[in-house]
Amino acid sequence: MEELRLMKGNEAIAEAAIRAGCDGYFGYPITPQSEVMEYLMKERPENRTGMVVLQAESELAAINMVYGGACCGKRVMTSSSSPGFSLKQEGISYMAGAELPCLILNVVRGGPGLGTIQPAQSDYFQSTKGGGHGDYRLIVLAPSSVQEMADFVALAFDLAFKYRMPSLILSDGVIGQMMEKVVLPEQRPRFTEAEIRKNTPWATVGKTPDREHNIITSLDMDAASQERHVLHLQEKYNAVEENEVRFEEIQCEDAEYVFVAYGSCARICQKAVDLARAKGIKVGLLRPITLFPFPKKEIARLAERAKGFLSVEMSLGQMVEDVRLAVNGKTKVEFYGRVGGIIPNPDEVVKALETKLL
Amino acid sequence: MTDNVLHYCPGCGHGTIHRTLMEAVDEMGLQEKTVGIAPVGCSVFAYNYMNVDMQEAAHGRAPALATAVKRLMPEKFVFTYQGDGDLAAIGTAETVHACNRGENILMIFVNNAIYGMTGGQMAPTTLEDMKTATSPYGRDVHKVGWPLRITEMIAQLNGVRNVSRHSVHTAAAVRTLKKAIKKGIEDQMANKGGLTFIEVMSNCNSGWKMRPVDANKWMVENVFEYFKPGDIKVDGQLVR
Amino acid sequence: MTEEIIIAGFGGQGVLSMGKILAYSGVMENKEVSWMPSYGPEMRGGTANVSVIISDERISSPVINAFDTAIVLNQQSMDKFENAVKPGGCLIYDPNGITRHPERKDIKVYTIAANDAANEMGLNKVFNMIVLGGFLKVKPLLQPEFIHKGLEKSLPARHHNLIPENEKAIELGKTLIKEVR
Repeated sequence: MEELRLMKGNEAIAEAAIRAGCDGYFGYPITPQSEVMEYLMKERPENRTGMVVLQAESELAAINMVYGGACCGKRVMTSSSSPGFSLKQEGISYMAGAELPCLILNVVRGGPGLGTIQPAQSDYFQSTKGGGHGDYRLIVLAPSSVQEMADFVALAFDLAFKYRMPSLILSDGVIGQMMEKVVLPEQRPRFTEAEIRKNTPWATVGKTPDREHNIITSLDMDAASQERHVLHLQEKYNAVEENEVRFEEIQCEDAEYVFVAYGSCARICQKAVDLARAKGIKVGLLRPITLFPFPKKEIARLAERAKGFLSVEMSLGQMVEDVRLAVNGKTKVEFYGRVGGIIPNPDEVVKALETKLL
Repeated sequence: MTDNVLHYCPGCGHGTIHRTLMEAVDEMGLQEKTVGIAPVGCSVFAYNYMNVDMQEAAHGRAPALATAVKRLMPEKFVFTYQGDGDLAAIGTAETVHACNRGENILMIFVNNAIYGMTGGQMAPTTLEDMKTATSPYGRDVHKVGWPLRITEMIAQLNGVRNVSRHSVHTAAAVRTLKKAIKKGIEDQMANKGGLTFIEVMSNCNSGWKMRPVDANKWMVENVFEYFKPGDIKVDGQLVR
Repeated sequence: MTEEIIIAGFGGQGVLSMGKILAYSGVMENKEVSWMPSYGPEMRGGTANVSVIISDERISSPVINAFDTAIVLNQQSMDKFENAVKPGGCLIYDPNGITRHPERKDIKVYTIAANDAANEMGLNKVFNMIVLGGFLKVKPLLQPEFIHKGLEKSLPARHHNLIPENEKAIELGKTLIKEVR
């Protein structure tokens, strides 16, 4: 029988990491995601799979431990929340430059600055447009349930290794802190050194006589070859945009209006769809599951017949810019958001739809 | 070592220190088991010269990378190679905490009392009154603090097993350094417990604006008084 | 069936664990559930509330602003959540420490003197289970066997010896709940 548990999103992701064959977790406590490391420390995965769990001295150290582990072809991860995620940007940029796979979890809280410990979605720009210095992208998955927190761990690792780039699970305080039923994935084995040498021949696991020494670096002082490298990264991001778009459509078949929302806001909008339909408003929900790559084509397709889009976010309007780019002026795009840790409720979303679009 | 031509200034200690470290690895038959971490600074391209698998860290973060590498692959020989700006300024937290956790790694700390690569700015280890690009009238310790003896600080930590300070300006000094490196490697591979921290004083004749021979002479006469060579901690016991 | 519940009181009253036991019991009875806490920096003392949804269908929003039942355990929570009860919904409160009693006429109001009972009987640790019993009397959503399983799942194994005391408290709560209007 499947293993059914009631878990917080933060706990589910930790358990799923052990089961995904994660080799190492390196973190630093910050609300509202500290349960991830707490769960791992309590669970002692070193006895279950040999997974290493270490509390670092800072977010900077944590992300650089991830960098070191990723250089060795290991499945490594870290988790944080917004202020800590900002600190990690240096390491993430290096990993993007050095083409290293890893998993980062950001359980977003309100900002700027220390902001609040309450949920927010105001790290969208930072997460989807790069975040650190230089031209790069991350694969960004946005779970909207505890089940997806668990399910996206193995997926994020697999995509990270497929494209040799960091994957980010962009969650928020709601999804991290709430408990729901979750069916846990099966345990899969960690990579053996032989598998690492075969599948990730670039990994720094010790030079053997049959190959040159491996060097992992993001430095290239030669302008021409650095340009080639950045263009190579761009090609990879193009391939990700071509192949890895994921989204969910709810009641969009006959929809005249479309909510666009991800993560916890998508859950709120699902209820808003029900409430609005009860009032006779034909509205649907497009939920981007990947924020990079963004479901541009699907939004453009819906824009052919929809009378308007409402992007609903816990921010001052970040994803709405991508919605507007995808809609490309074909129809109206409006925005509704709450900030400061306030979660919009379904009634106010319906009201925003009525006042802004009807 | 690889066949690549070193980019270091003639007379700089880095080349000798690289070679000494790699000779030790080679003589101990550890090439296939070695993972090294390079810093940011003059020795940023250490990875091009050391013929072992290498990772290039962000400025100051080498001990964090090494921590993960060793914990994920305890059977490997893992070392970091850092300069004074990298290890004792921007990376102080990573240095202190890797040492305090007693990570089973070897840390090589090359101290030339200056930021060489960026053009000779003041380092945390720049001596009092020493002129650099950012202390053009000499280091005023009352304004910017005293030259940091981080090695002596590190020696106090329970997680650290061996601590010593060396130089490479004479053949005898190089032999002593190699002995210390080999002991660090042996202790690591035998899981004796605790980190080995080796500081190597080097001249920076370009940064100090001297000829190489004069720079070494100045180092012996001025630097060694403040940064005294020799063993500081051996097998967990402070010896100074 | 969908029941949307808010449980609110002081930190330390067992608000979150009451919600968790309720939610886990729902899982055991094969319902859809969600448990969404308000979380604050204080570990003790501050206000704590949790919304629990138990449903036969997939739960859309775990964040809601109108509730079928509000279980209120202090005055701040009364001030905050009385008006969040849906018309025709239900408000259960412990009168201990309440200075302004609920005024709405379009909802059902119940009291449960759980605090007094817990003090008298030395059952302070299961105060929240007395309240839970009162709720289950008013809204018998879940069968006792599944509550038992919910307790087993929610409590760490080393505390399983306390399950009978918890169940006793639940039964007591069922007898203590009083309809006000």
